[in-house]
Amino acid sequence: MRLTRPEGTNGGPDGLPGISTTGRRAGTFCMLLIVALALQATRVQVFQKNELDHNAANQRATIQRYSQPRGNLLVAGQPVTGSAPTGGRYAYKRTYADGPLYAAVTGYSSQTYGNTQLEGVYDDVLSGTDPKLAGWAVWDAVTRQQQPGGDVVTTIDPAAQRAAVQGLGSQKGAVAAIEPATGRILALASTPSYDPGSFAGTSTADQNAWKRLQDDPDQPMLNRALRQIYPPGSTFKVVTAAAALASGVVTDIDAPTDAPYPYVMPGTTTPLTNDTSACNQAGLSLDEAMTLSCNSVMGYLGVQTGLDRMTAMARNFGFNDARLDVPVRAARSNFDTEMNKSQLALSSIGQYDTAATPLVMAMVAAGAANDGQVMSPQLVDRLTKADGSQVQLMHPSLYHQAFGAGVAQQLRQLMVDVVENGTGRNARIPGAEVGGKTGTAQHGVDNSGTPYAWFIAWARPAGSTATPPVAVAVVVADSQATDVTGGGLAAPIARSVMQAVLNR
Amino acid sequence: MVATDSATRAARAPRARRARTGRWTELVLVLAAVGIAVFGYVEVGVNIDGQAPPDAAQYGAALGVLALLAHAAVRWRATWADPLLLPIAVLLNGIGLVVIYRLDRNPGSAAAPTQLLWSTLGVGLFIAVLLLLRDHRRLQRYAYVGAFVALVLLVLPVFFPPVYGSRIWITLGPLSFQPGEFAKVLLAIFFAAYLAAHRDALALTGRRVLWFQLPLGRVLGPVLLIWAAFVGVLVLETDLGTSLLFFGLFVVMLYVATARTGWIVIGLLLSALAAVGVGWLSPHVHSRVTEWLHPLASIEAGQGANQIAQSLFAFAWGGQLGTGLGLGHSALIGFATKSDFILATVGEELGLTGLFAVLLLYALLVARGFRTGIALRDPFGRLLAIGLAALVAIQVFVVAGGVLDLIPLTGMTLPFIAQGGSSVVTNWIIVALLVRMSDLARRPAPEEDA
Repeated sequence: MRLTRPEGTNGGPDGLPGISTTGRRAGTFCMLLIVALALQATRVQVFQKNELDHNAANQRATIQRYSQPRGNLLVAGQPVTGSAPTGGRYAYKRTYADGPLYAAVTGYSSQTYGNTQLEGVYDDVLSGTDPKLAGWAVWDAVTRQQQPGGDVVTTIDPAAQRAAVQGLGSQKGAVAAIEPATGRILALASTPSYDPGSFAGTSTADQNAWKRLQDDPDQPMLNRALRQIYPPGSTFKVVTAAAALASGVVTDIDAPTDAPYPYVMPGTTTPLTNDTSACNQAGLSLDEAMTLSCNSVMGYLGVQTGLDRMTAMARNFGFNDARLDVPVRAARSNFDTEMNKSQLALSSIGQYDTAATPLVMAMVAAGAANDGQVMSPQLVDRLTKADGSQVQLMHPSLYHQAFGAGVAQQLRQLMVDVVENGTGRNARIPGAEVGGKTGTAQHGVDNSGTPYAWFIAWARPAGSTATPPVAVAVVVADSQATDVTGGGLAAPIARSVMQAVLNR
Repeated sequence: MVATDSATRAARAPRARRARTGRWTELVLVLAAVGIAVFGYVEVGVNIDGQAPPDAAQYGAALGVLALLAHAAVRWRATWADPLLLPIAVLLNGIGLVVIYRLDRNPGSAAAPTQLLWSTLGVGLFIAVLLLLRDHRRLQRYAYVGAFVALVLLVLPVFFPPVYGSRIWITLGPLSFQPGEFAKVLLAIFFAAYLAAHRDALALTGRRVLWFQLPLGRVLGPVLLIWAAFVGVLVLETDLGTSLLFFGLFVVMLYVATARTGWIVIGLLLSALAAVGVGWLSPHVHSRVTEWLHPLASIEAGQGANQIAQSLFAFAWGGQLGTGLGLGHSALIGFATKSDFILATVGEELGLTGLFAVLLLYALLVARGFRTGIALRDPFGRLLAIGLAALVAIQVFVVAGGVLDLIPLTGMTLPFIAQGGSSVVTNWIIVALLVRMSDLARRPAPEEDA
């Protein structure tokens, strides 16, 4: 910066520059000091802004998030969440109308421990910072207007959700229910559950509640419906049957198959054993094998279908998908892609490394119900502004076309026969057509653990030819019951959930 | 200065055919400065309470009356003074009052009324200087007395309890002030007087070492001794900011007086030595240096954010436009938000834009000081104006650089803006001296004036 025009030469002694010159130089130096400040300020306020704003020790983002009532999560038009003034630095904290009932759906929003699941995925909308909520983005930026939090409308059916939670009761387990035609998730339950409102604030009581939940050996904060995988056992035979039918290994479900008995797994001397002696004969049909849940026949058919077609069919239902977002991300369900034939035989009956989330097993039932069209599961119907006006509508989308309508029809017949004549009789609903499959999966070292009791099913009013309105997967883990079977423990829960949907 | 010229033209009295005094420009700018401050008060109230604060009118009126009194004094006793100096001081003081008023809304004691009282005293002294000191050259006579008084002022706080690790405060009942603030003006006067008298000897005598001309010991001796006494006292009081300020002032004035670049090299060497030595000996200073180099280290260590980190968070949160007055969270910085860290609130709530505006005001004030110094004819006045301007520049750099993590943090007040009576009063005196000298510098030759 030029300070002034020169006032004559005004040289100093001995030809040295005078004060006019040195003063100007010193002035330039002082200006450079201030320029250095401006540059550093630009660095901090522009280039390092993002990093500093999101530093873990910076409370501002949390203060802003809780500076106004948070938007709500809605179930059937009613908020299941709320906000309460705290009088502290974080002005509002999250409340939950029926916390344990919907914990697997909502996740939590805690001033101390952050946001998870729907609370986390849609945090921007709920806290009002999502640009989609702004009416006039530029004007709002100028006036520093903060948008009121938007709402997230879920697809949950409160009756089905309540039936799922009540059905699980004090047992450890999970339920996922889907509307097959759309992929809308009707119920998502995990027990034992927890109250996400118990640690929403910052007090010592909140911290103690959090610590108790974290230390609980029953892991109440684990979302078993989405985030836990279990060996699916015999419920996986629906996938094997679908693959066998779709690939033409079996064309007539009532015709005798060439499955031998005993079936010694290829490359081994070990026969694949059955749980019931009725299975111990050669030449059973696919329908008989499914109804009786015969390991030997289904293991054999899985090997006949082949690894490639088995993995392809499993993938259609969400197996091996590490990014299955509903939009909360589900854990990756596994079906090995590299196996020898004996491993494939075991995997085809839901053992070996095969493991699935209840969500994925519900997708299996839903695929059969919806003529092979597996829809992407979705937990959110739409996002709205605080005044209820729509911001974003979630359209149903096809996840995979697993097989054609013909195979679907055969598969449904197999599942109906399981409920009518086989292991799934506990799921029968008067006045409704129900198709299902039981599963009782061994686990633990040498199968020492209590087996996992599974049941997957769909249901529609009797005589209806429309797509069944509900498909469900139930898993009961570590039950205290003496006789643990899918048909005994899980099928009644599935029935009450399906009944709740059918009674709408 | 396009804006100034057009403003002058707009406000020019019709009879003025002769050289312009700039007084009407000054009046318009002073009123604009008061207007900006009043707008700030109202914004604080609207943003926090949703309505204009009831006491905004009183604050605005008080600031307006003070500004107009100061303007009247300039008009009466310093007709030809630089028309930018007073408006800049009023605006900076006004911004400071608004930001302190806003920070009073955080839990804690109210500081704005006291600050307004000190500002009143500052303006009173500004007027007193203009009325009593008709020619700055008279100050030359009291240079040594002033230096002695300054030294006494600096030694006094040693007998008072330390505040935040520094013995720089004198506390008498409810009143407390930092004598170092007053001492810096006296020291600038002493340096200017001494160097004006001895600059030829300093520049020409002495021996050559390598390619530097070193002055004789007997010429340099007294000034070095006094400077060492000052810095020594300050190091004892662990007031690193003020020692850095005095050191910078000393080097700048020596260079301006003698044009010997050797001084800069010696100055840098000495300051590097002092910095390393003090950093090594004093744990207080050592931790400041560590925090400067690694401001976020305490977070990674799980001990939470220190003040520097909190200050950086505040600046970053403001971004380019700021949150708006009253809508930031600089209270998270903890203590000294109204004094040492007040710039963080400016950065957070007024954004980079507001911060640039404040820095520009300081740059203008400093530039006008240097311009006055260069335009004056007497060596004492030239050195004094340059010295005072350099004081402001270095102090701004030391404070702002500290809170922006450009240099290690040293406790000091931001001129005019930060809370602190001694600081505000001293800065009004500095501006009064610059106004007095600029009056002489801009006065037309007598035949035009007749």
